[in-house]
Amino acid sequence: MTISSSLPRPEARVNDFVARFANVNGTGSASANFLFAKAIFRMGIPVTPKNIFPSNIQGLPTWYEVRVSEKGYLGRREGIDLLVAVNAQSMKQDIASVREGGYLMYDSTKKLAPELIRDGIHYLGVPMMELANENFSNPRQRQLFKNIIYVGALAVLLQIEFSVLETLLKEQFAGKEKLIAPNLKALKLGMDYAREHFDYPLDFYLERRDLIGDKIMVDGNTACGLGAVYGGATVMAWYPITPSTSVAEAFEKYASKYRVDPITGKNQYAVVQAEDELAAMGMVIGANWNGARALTATSGPGVSLMNEFIGLAYFAEVPAVLIDVQRAGPSTGMPTRTQQSDITLAANASHGDSKHPLLFPTTPKECFEMTAECFDLADRLQTPIILMTDLDLGMNDHMSEPFQWEKDRKYDRGKVLNKEELDAMGRYGRYLDQEGDGIPYRTYPGTHPTKGAFTTRGTSRDEYAVYTEDSAAYKRNMDRLLVKWETAKSLVPKPQLYQETNQSDWGMLFFGTSAFSSEEARDLLAAREIPLDALRIKAFPFGQETEAFVRSHQLVFVIEQNRDGQMRSLLIQEMQHDPHRLVSILNYDGMPITADQIALKIADYLKQNNAVPHDLSETLI
Amino acid sequence: MTYLKPLFRHPRLPKNKLGYTLKEYEGGISTLCAGCGHDSISATIVQACFELAIEPHLVAKISGIGCSSKTPAYFLGNSHGFNSVHGRMPSVATGANMANKNMVYFGVSGDGDTASIGMGQFVHAIRRNLNMVYIVMNNGCYGLTKGQDSATADVGSASKSGHINPFQPVDLASLAVDLGATFVAQSFSGDKQQLVPLLKAAIQHQGLAFINVMSPCVTFNNNPGSTKSYDYVREHMHATGKTDFVPQEKSIQASYAEGTDTAVTLHDGSVMSLHKLAPDWDPEDRLSTVNAMQQARAKNEILTGLLYIHTGYGDLHQILNTSDTALNSLDEKSLCPGQKTLDTINAGLR
Repeated sequence: MTISSSLPRPEARVNDFVARFANVNGTGSASANFLFAKAIFRMGIPVTPKNIFPSNIQGLPTWYEVRVSEKGYLGRREGIDLLVAVNAQSMKQDIASVREGGYLMYDSTKKLAPELIRDGIHYLGVPMMELANENFSNPRQRQLFKNIIYVGALAVLLQIEFSVLETLLKEQFAGKEKLIAPNLKALKLGMDYAREHFDYPLDFYLERRDLIGDKIMVDGNTACGLGAVYGGATVMAWYPITPSTSVAEAFEKYASKYRVDPITGKNQYAVVQAEDELAAMGMVIGANWNGARALTATSGPGVSLMNEFIGLAYFAEVPAVLIDVQRAGPSTGMPTRTQQSDITLAANASHGDSKHPLLFPTTPKECFEMTAECFDLADRLQTPIILMTDLDLGMNDHMSEPFQWEKDRKYDRGKVLNKEELDAMGRYGRYLDQEGDGIPYRTYPGTHPTKGAFTTRGTSRDEYAVYTEDSAAYKRNMDRLLVKWETAKSLVPKPQLYQETNQSDWGMLFFGTSAFSSEEARDLLAAREIPLDALRIKAFPFGQETEAFVRSHQLVFVIEQNRDGQMRSLLIQEMQHDPHRLVSILNYDGMPITADQIALKIADYLKQNNAVPHDLSETLI
Repeated sequence: MTYLKPLFRHPRLPKNKLGYTLKEYEGGISTLCAGCGHDSISATIVQACFELAIEPHLVAKISGIGCSSKTPAYFLGNSHGFNSVHGRMPSVATGANMANKNMVYFGVSGDGDTASIGMGQFVHAIRRNLNMVYIVMNNGCYGLTKGQDSATADVGSASKSGHINPFQPVDLASLAVDLGATFVAQSFSGDKQQLVPLLKAAIQHQGLAFINVMSPCVTFNNNPGSTKSYDYVREHMHATGKTDFVPQEKSIQASYAEGTDTAVTLHDGSVMSLHKLAPDWDPEDRLSTVNAMQQARAKNEILTGLLYIHTGYGDLHQILNTSDTALNSLDEKSLCPGQKTLDTINAGLR
């Protein structure tokens, strides 16, 4: 079967399509699919790949979705233009997911069953298995090169430059040069087949651009691990959990490379795989208490388990850094799907009155910078700082500005007294607020033979760390923690404002990975004469910029990836905003939110409230 | 409150080689019940640290929650303490220990704190051979919540109200040996003579030294029928032998009698000499230790003294090959690879 001639050929589109690969996990498809995405990146064209994978090791369906966008939109987009279907299990659903007029590439070694033939799409049959079997003898190679064969066919149909693919393969197999030739052979098999059997290019294709600059492509978890190395973390305690495991792995990888004393060969870091998340957080608190910078990384279930310890660190005022790579909850939920649904859990983790600064990165560069910044904030504020990333950012490759580190940057270790300072002062009081910022002075164990020692505890105590159940002393302490909270507002990253002055009565507010699609939705709406001001939250507690933004708009759409509008709740909790002016725009199906969803929901809301004269939803997609 | 501590000290109090008297090793006033076994253990810790001439500020005292976990406030007042959360002392101690390998770590816990809520962390601290002294002040009951049975209460033991415990006890010392602990001892809060040398050896031991100390609860578990009462423990104690601790500098002069005496050289060259009472038991042979403990259990005896020691196994820092400089004292120069390295990393991601 070749391209059906009965379908109209739409106008050619350059550098603007969504391709999806339907594979079986554990078949080596990931590296072939990454080769496809990376080649587009190397051609200077903005690209966003996303893994959609099961909680399983081998045998279940997995998808890899690649969005190409000349305009640089990095969010997920609805509508699959091209589907490479090599998984019989999901074939029926895959075929149904292709947009009208789109393409389906499949393995034509076996004839497609009649019920899989659908009107309205083009079928591109490539005998992948047959080609692999004819040209390779090793069974594992046959399976792996099936994947490279379809990349070859796509290279012709979409005009991926061969030299780019060749370079990528050579880089990938540097040190294993034997593997380069068979990979190139498989690539050419696919290319030749496509040239001989199909019209090419398709009605959407690639053209080299210079839109990437010095950007890098990396996943957020790697960036977090690297950020922890640069931020001076020496102790990493963790417990395996998807999707955060690769944070610990990245930390260990980079530390083992850059943190080994060249003379002694000894490690200037320690990684402990804990028995559970409780222990991981206990280790982080113990290490920070003793003057090291320590972190843990987990996901929602781990944060649930850590609640008691987070409360201890808050109340005893011990720094701690926690990276929460959020996934779809509650409970085990959908462990391999993304969400932003730990916001309220993290913000108020622990029993009793407690709240914690949260940082919300959107890009790998921010993952790197904010992880490092978490350590300065934790030391400065002597409290747990939680980096709120998610599966989409953490486990998918993202185009990002390159990592940067300021020359001679010093760590802010906060208020810590050394031996001389202790000698020079009168009675030391661990919980005395000397500067009125709510932050008292710490001492590390072992600093001074006779001064500055105290018992750190989760029970109430007075300013001198002496246990007390005196109500007034307890209340003074709780109130001082609120003063510290005010101080935190001036220290955490400020939000990103998308306009200098208000252009609209309506605003949109978003954070983390919702930003990509929110920005795109804003453009979509602006093109249809629905202008919206925008603000991206980077941290909790909110500062005056966020406060002013919400106050100065009649309506603010709060875009987030959870069911209950958790960020909206925090805005109301912390700033006493009129709840009616904060409208939730939500997606919580476990897939990254899309621009179309956001734009449609906002347009719908405005129409229903007679804020816009006509139904815009028709024209949106 | 046990007593009021007088500030006055005799001017000719003996001093250790650091020039400190016992006073420098004492802590705050205990708020435990008068006669509590835990206070005796605190006094023993003070004595052991004084005799070893340990810099008090280079000790960290970490505990969980419960009567026992309050005690770090009552000894070594010049040391930092961390009264953390219930059952989680081992993890906090692990983190603290990772941050600075050059301190002495006392982990203080109770039978509720370790054998129930903290069982998981107890087990894993042992597996990692964390360099610390792990003391369980074991009274078979929950004191702070008024005397409920704990997981170490013996089956058939009677509580103050006459309730008979129907459940099997957790034998922490046996469990520790089974898990591969490198130093396991058992003692009685009323036997200072035995406990001081055991503690000294435990401090010098490179790795996790576990000491399970029977420490009767005078208020809730000191009644007839209880197997954790002062009387019962005294009557059923069976010492493995007389233990002496000989510090490194004196070890050369020490001599040992033939036959029942044995000497174990610790990591720093100090020596534990043991005058064994049980002839077929060898503290360096796990199988014979397990045998001795099982036999004691069958006879309703509480085996005390050093039960097992293994000196050849590295602690967690050795396992992780961490630098000799404490991790908490490394600065930007050692920790931050800098922009040039970052440029290389960036280039690899394009």
